[in-house]
Amino acid sequence: MSELTGRLSVFKTYKLYVGGKFPRSESGRVYEVTDSKGTWLANAPLASRKDARDAVVAARKAFGGWSGATAYNRGQILYRVAEMLEGRRDQFTAEVAAAEGLSKAKAAAQVDAAIDRWVWYAGWSDKVAQIAGGANPVAGPYFNHSAPEPTGVVAVLAPQESSFLGLVSVIAPAIVTGNTVVLAAAENAPLPALSLAEVLATSDLPGGVVNILSGRTAELSAPLAAHQGVNALDLAGADEALAKDLETAAADNLKRVLRPAPANWTADPGTGRLLAFLETKTVWHPMGV
Amino acid sequence: MTFDYAPAPESRAVVDIAPSYGLFVDGEFAPASDGKVFKTVSPSTEEVLSEVAQASADDVDRAVKAARKAFEKWSALPGAERAKYLFRIARIIQERSRELAVLESLDNGKPIRESRDADLPLVAAHFFYYAGWADKLDHAGYGANPRPLGVAGQVIPWNFPLLMLAWKIAPALATGNTVVLKPAETTPLSALFFADICRQAGLPKGVVNILTGDGSTGAALVAHPDVNKVAFTGSTEVGKAIARTVAGTDKKVTLELGGKAANIVFDDAPLDQAVEGIVNGIFFNQGHVCCAGSRLLVQESVADEVLDALKRRMRTLRVGDPLDKNTDIGAINSAEQLARITALADAGEAEGAERWSPSCELPTTGYWFAPTLFTGVTQAHRIAREEIFGPVLSVLTFRTPAEAVEKANNTPYGLSAGIWTEKGSRMLWMANQLRAGVIWSNTFNKFDPASPFGGYQESGYGREGGRHGLEAYLNV
Repeated sequence: MSELTGRLSVFKTYKLYVGGKFPRSESGRVYEVTDSKGTWLANAPLASRKDARDAVVAARKAFGGWSGATAYNRGQILYRVAEMLEGRRDQFTAEVAAAEGLSKAKAAAQVDAAIDRWVWYAGWSDKVAQIAGGANPVAGPYFNHSAPEPTGVVAVLAPQESSFLGLVSVIAPAIVTGNTVVLAAAENAPLPALSLAEVLATSDLPGGVVNILSGRTAELSAPLAAHQGVNALDLAGADEALAKDLETAAADNLKRVLRPAPANWTADPGTGRLLAFLETKTVWHPMGV
Repeated sequence: MTFDYAPAPESRAVVDIAPSYGLFVDGEFAPASDGKVFKTVSPSTEEVLSEVAQASADDVDRAVKAARKAFEKWSALPGAERAKYLFRIARIIQERSRELAVLESLDNGKPIRESRDADLPLVAAHFFYYAGWADKLDHAGYGANPRPLGVAGQVIPWNFPLLMLAWKIAPALATGNTVVLKPAETTPLSALFFADICRQAGLPKGVVNILTGDGSTGAALVAHPDVNKVAFTGSTEVGKAIARTVAGTDKKVTLELGGKAANIVFDDAPLDQAVEGIVNGIFFNQGHVCCAGSRLLVQESVADEVLDALKRRMRTLRVGDPLDKNTDIGAINSAEQLARITALADAGEAEGAERWSPSCELPTTGYWFAPTLFTGVTQAHRIAREEIFGPVLSVLTFRTPAEAVEKANNTPYGLSAGIWTEKGSRMLWMANQLRAGVIWSNTFNKFDPASPFGGYQESGYGREGGRHGLEAYLNV
């Protein structure tokens, strides 16, 4: 019971983020999100299969524009996200502390690392083609060149144990190269992800490039893995049994699958996640006068 | 006055095919554990060429064990030494290329002109290319000291038996992996001859193992728990089955699957060259090419002109004896494949497309299909959607570049595409818009070991060739 003499705080109604808008779940369902000690924090939307499908439609719609934007432009927009995150550092620190049971200092370190990681990936936008592509010296009079291109719509299961650093570490590499994302937030710690949506919405990122769902990972991931409009899966947040089921379902349209692996989110991420959602396109053209 | 072509057969005497072959495991040829065999026939004559062993699950296990044992030493060998083995293999392939080309044409049915001038030079080139990578892996862009994966289980198709073997084995060995390879059921012979080349090169026992057999052998190999890497080239249907098999394991997998490539001709294209490109795109290797340009998209304003020229050109194609040096189109690889092509072509007619073939006399024995053209094709027709894997071209028209892009991308496949235009800016825009792994502009069906090859979407994942091709065999 709050003291009648004190100020009554304003609860936040957390919502999904789909196609640049903030809907409640079409199912009307919510679930209780607690901190690490079990204290109620908020009711998060319990997204449904329909929400997942809507998110795929939004991500597909956004793909042409986002993948067609210049790398310079995408890099600028990602950097803008980092700027906005920096301004909300305290909010995310509080949410991470509550979600993961960390001290304020430790949570702040996670948030700082996440912001820095976002900046790191922002800088990759106009460099990845240079390290992953190039000229091929074929034995004949041909100009032959390979360049990476985004795979398409990537369904991402956010890591369950790292509510913000892990989250940023899976979203940023997928979108910086021009993919669009449907994300299932960490099941028990979705609030940092849902707040990230507010940052993305105010950062020049086109609606639909990132779509964020909260709810049961298994319930949301099954329709995503089976969806013909999804091109790739990042299974970071799946346990072994779920990962196997999802990979099996993904075979139906030969989705690219990044399997879950033990992760140290504070370590240098390298280029693995960046390159996992790229295709290589090779163009041949005769040379001559 | 016209002159007939005189027969110009290549001699069969350069190749000595044994009446039967065993499995090549741990450096030795041995029969299958249960003694089962099957016959391989020449598709142009239906003559039995030889009898080969049908590997059982036990044989798969034996081969994987041999490869595992060999892996320890092979992967520990300095890259420069592995390179020298690969250079040796490349040289021996060059020395024996005439023998191998004749063998390939006999067993596969492809014209000697192609096995001699396309397949074999590329096979040698792949071994040369990857030989040079073996001691330079630190510089391949996958970090310092990238490690091999272990035992690679490789399953290859019948359309380019020796070339697909080279695409699989050369990068696997260069990166320090050992190999168990299953060639296709209908074309096992060149892989067995390759086993002999490994022996001549002094390759350590167990580094390369060849298991002949059917789909069940391939399935056992893919599912074997001690295989670390699966590489498959073949149909999308089997590719999906493999993806399901490896789900939940830590096997790394690459798949090169089907395609339904659009070959797009604009009104400003050099039309004579485009017609040559269309013919090469669909009739090369009897159309048994996953990246074949099987959907011709021609701009409406030049459609009649292109079709007239194309039909004129198709009338000059010579179908017949694969060993004749004047043959353009050889035999369909098997009775089964001929039935599939026939069924799909019949579906084209039944659904209302107009079928045309030049008059050509087909041999009475063997498996043959005349080069065929369908006009009046819509996107809903099966012949515009399904991979036919035969000498059948579906022609559609378009008016604007945007329409061409939309039609070209209207397929779950995404392996290759062709663009014919003189306008550079349009070519680059089109190449950018097309969802395909290989784009040939003002050319078609070009291959090179330095150039990555592989598809988007349901054409599979991973790339073969070039620096990109190393990734599939390294722990990155």
